Amino acid sequence: MTAPEKSLFDVEEMEINFGPQHPATHGVLRVKMKLDGEKIMEARPIIGYLHRGTEKLFETMDFPQCIPHTDRMDYVAAATNNQGFCVAVEKLLGISIPPRAAYLRMILAELQRLASHLVWLATHAVDIGAITPFFYTFRERDAILDLFESYCGARLTLNCMKIGGVPFELPEGWVERCSELVDGFNAHIDEYENLLTENRIWKKRTIGIGVVTPEEAIEWGLTGPPLRGSGVKWDIRKVFPYDRYDEIDFEIPVGANGDTYDRYLVRMEEMRQSVRILRQCLDRLPAGPSMARVPKILRSKAGMVYGAVEAPKGELGYFIVATEKGTAPYRCHVRPPSFVNLQALPLMVEGHLVADLVAVIGTLDIVLGEIDR
Amino acid sequence: MSDDKPVNPPEEKPPTEGAAPEGATPSAEAKQPLSEEEKAAKIAAARARAAEKKAAEAAAEPEAPKPPWEEKPVPPDHADAADDADAVALAAELPGSVLAADRFAGEVTLSVPAGRIAEICSFLKNGRGFRFLVDLTAIDWPERAEGRFDLIYWLHRHDDSKRLRLRAALAEETPVASVAGVWKTADWMEREAYDMFGIVFEGHPGLERILTWEGFNGHPLRKDFPVEGIDTGAAIYPDVYPPGGGPPPEGAGDEEGGPA
Repeated sequence: MTAPEKSLFDVEEMEINFGPQHPATHGVLRVKMKLDGEKIMEARPIIGYLHRGTEKLFETMDFPQCIPHTDRMDYVAAATNNQGFCVAVEKLLGISIPPRAAYLRMILAELQRLASHLVWLATHAVDIGAITPFFYTFRERDAILDLFESYCGARLTLNCMKIGGVPFELPEGWVERCSELVDGFNAHIDEYENLLTENRIWKKRTIGIGVVTPEEAIEWGLTGPPLRGSGVKWDIRKVFPYDRYDEIDFEIPVGANGDTYDRYLVRMEEMRQSVRILRQCLDRLPAGPSMARVPKILRSKAGMVYGAVEAPKGELGYFIVATEKGTAPYRCHVRPPSFVNLQALPLMVEGHLVADLVAVIGTLDIVLGEIDR
Repeated sequence: MSDDKPVNPPEEKPPTEGAAPEGATPSAEAKQPLSEEEKAAKIAAARARAAEKKAAEAAAEPEAPKPPWEEKPVPPDHADAADDADAVALAAELPGSVLAADRFAGEVTLSVPAGRIAEICSFLKNGRGFRFLVDLTAIDWPERAEGRFDLIYWLHRHDDSKRLRLRAALAEETPVASVAGVWKTADWMEREAYDMFGIVFEGHPGLERILTWEGFNGHPLRKDFPVEGIDTGAAIYPDVYPPGGGPPPEGAGDEEGGPA
């Protein structure tokens, strides 16, 4: 008899790649992992597969020309991207927008938040193995996209805001259609919650997975639902109100344990709060112009500003450096929430199983378009 | 705006003087010389109209002050921010660390020496409560005398929601201390600044390219990097592509006409 060969099962640690072409990575994310059996010993996200040099392109374009490019960053939440850029440029140029424009922006942004959270819920649930919520959420998402389409003609890359206001007036009957959707929306959220919140498999897969303490969350710079799921009550809409969020009454939901289940609950409650904001905006929608009086050619003063909005995924900031009498940004840096949130992935998955990595990627709600820019 | 005080009579004629055919250009008009009296009368009429318009405007103004969105936008001004509490505290703790303080659009920017950035950040985090690094990026000013790059740190304090920007001028090829040990968030942000600008952060746990690939040749957000991009084959096919980009030389590559 020869000496026993090394068995296939004696391998101590195995290195594998997850992605970049994998349906559960939500785009072209690659995670290089060291595994001990099914346990993740080390995880390293590798990004950049979708890098398009948007920040370089911004430097070659006039301020208004940049807006369509912001759509392509977080492509499931284009309206909040438009809003972030417009808020930053308005801060730089000292433009104040009419109340009707601000309310229309809030309506579009909150509809977008609902649409984005619906995509998150659908994909997150599919990743974990529950396929039914997908069909429910995409039904409502389609109704929201129809509203966008009748407002600006596009469903995803909306380009629906302008520096100084919004480009279009609402079409006839839009407010009524939107009201109808908003009034029925809480019932839909109840439907999703019926499928998941008390579902035993869902709870087994999410409770205690990817726990982040509040201190860690701040240290790693998490924003948005991942930060609030850890119990930090922090929302740009309340901390630095833009447009007219200071006139709106809403709550910031927070979690207690900082795990995947709490982040799920936070996002579900955020949808209810969005419905509440939409209801108030539609009821109070002021009359008047929807565009401020802005010069045809925008010329900046030398200086730098940072304008931030609460995107569905967290704090989305645009840092703009302008030169004297410049018509284009000298430098425009985007602070994408997904980029910073993804960085905490190793913290959340190390020690868990490979299947939990999928749950954590889902709960971070990343979009590679804005990570790679 | 400029038609408040017309120097020349306006081109449009009052309807009573319908002598010239409609659509007559100013040059055609100039061919028919007007007598001095006619000219004087026209000028007087134009002045009267302008004065009337002005009076009407003046009368309309006080009754309805325009809302800010109908006014011409006024960009914010720069102001000195040396009295800012954090600037004062930082200057007191680390003398010479605040080179300038500027307030623009409600945001405070402190210029700090790049060589001391780690201790400044550490003090601001541990001594002043700036526990959240929102953003870290760089700006390229190729022609500037005091150093090519500006490193920008954008800090946030949760207690009173105060934000503070640090701006450190840095010469090309000069390394700067990493703040990844101060805030964990800085890790990827510094990698991005390294990738995009070629700024080397000393003491960084793993300074690798992040958005471009590991063999990429160049730093895309530098102003001298062409917008249309460069041929980036050079780093992995140095025998085929000349270093620094550009098309491959004649006869390079394999038989099929391209690199592997």
